[in-house]
Amino acid sequence: MMKFLWSFLIGGLLCAAAQVLIDKTKLTPARILVLYVTLGVLLTAVGVYKPLVELAGCGATTPLTGFGYSLAEGVKNAVDEKGIIGAFTGGLTGTAGGITAAVVFGYIITLIFNGRPRD
Amino acid sequence: MDINEKEYKEYCKKHAKHSPLIKDTLMAFLFGGLICMAAEGLFEFYLYIGIAKEIVKTLVPITLIFLSALTTGIGIYDDLAKIAGAGTLVPITGFANAVVSPAIDDKSEGMIMGVGAKMFTIAGPVIVYGVLSSVIYGLIYWFVGVI
Repeated sequence: MMKFLWSFLIGGLLCAAAQVLIDKTKLTPARILVLYVTLGVLLTAVGVYKPLVELAGCGATTPLTGFGYSLAEGVKNAVDEKGIIGAFTGGLTGTAGGITAAVVFGYIITLIFNGRPRD
Repeated sequence: MDINEKEYKEYCKKHAKHSPLIKDTLMAFLFGGLICMAAEGLFEFYLYIGIAKEIVKTLVPITLIFLSALTTGIGIYDDLAKIAGAGTLVPITGFANAVVSPAIDDKSEGMIMGVGAKMFTIAGPVIVYGVLSSVIYGLIYWFVGVI
């Protein structure tokens, strides 16, 4: 049960922080997402993000910082296994499922639905 | 319209926007938290029905991306985003929304430069900077391990 509470709290806080950035700095959503994924890689690299994932589960992996975490963890594991080539193969291996799902489902949905008239 | 100063002040107070920052942030916290908690629920559910943990780790984001793409197509996700702000942007569902939404809007530009290219309007930069930073980390991690 604690895991649900933590996932709500940590996930909520990561989103609230982004909202403050949007309101206060006028950062565009695209910049926020880029910032979050890069921050996720950085926090994983310095060892902060993994404990957060262990604590909050999907509360830490679902926000875009979690995408950065998957990239960084993928790279780390691949370097451990294969050496320097792992730096080039690990990231996208670790995130392959998510990226492929976004492309495939995104494409299918785009074919099926039409945009609403812009108002 | 006849109103005195006191009534006017009250009228203004009633109609003035409350600081949107606090309301926006609360909404982002609430909706973002709920999406993450729902993801956690999905995680536990997949484990419960006997799927291996390593697979569940990938299956949860895939499911969220599917649900987000679908609700974006129907039009619900963008309605929700108006209320939830960053609460629907920052979770992986926001990433999927950013893939589908521009692609649907610019479908008329064709299957290649419309759909194919516009799917990556926001996902593209995210993947570019994510991959770049992960490679830098990988090289440093490798280098530190060697010396």
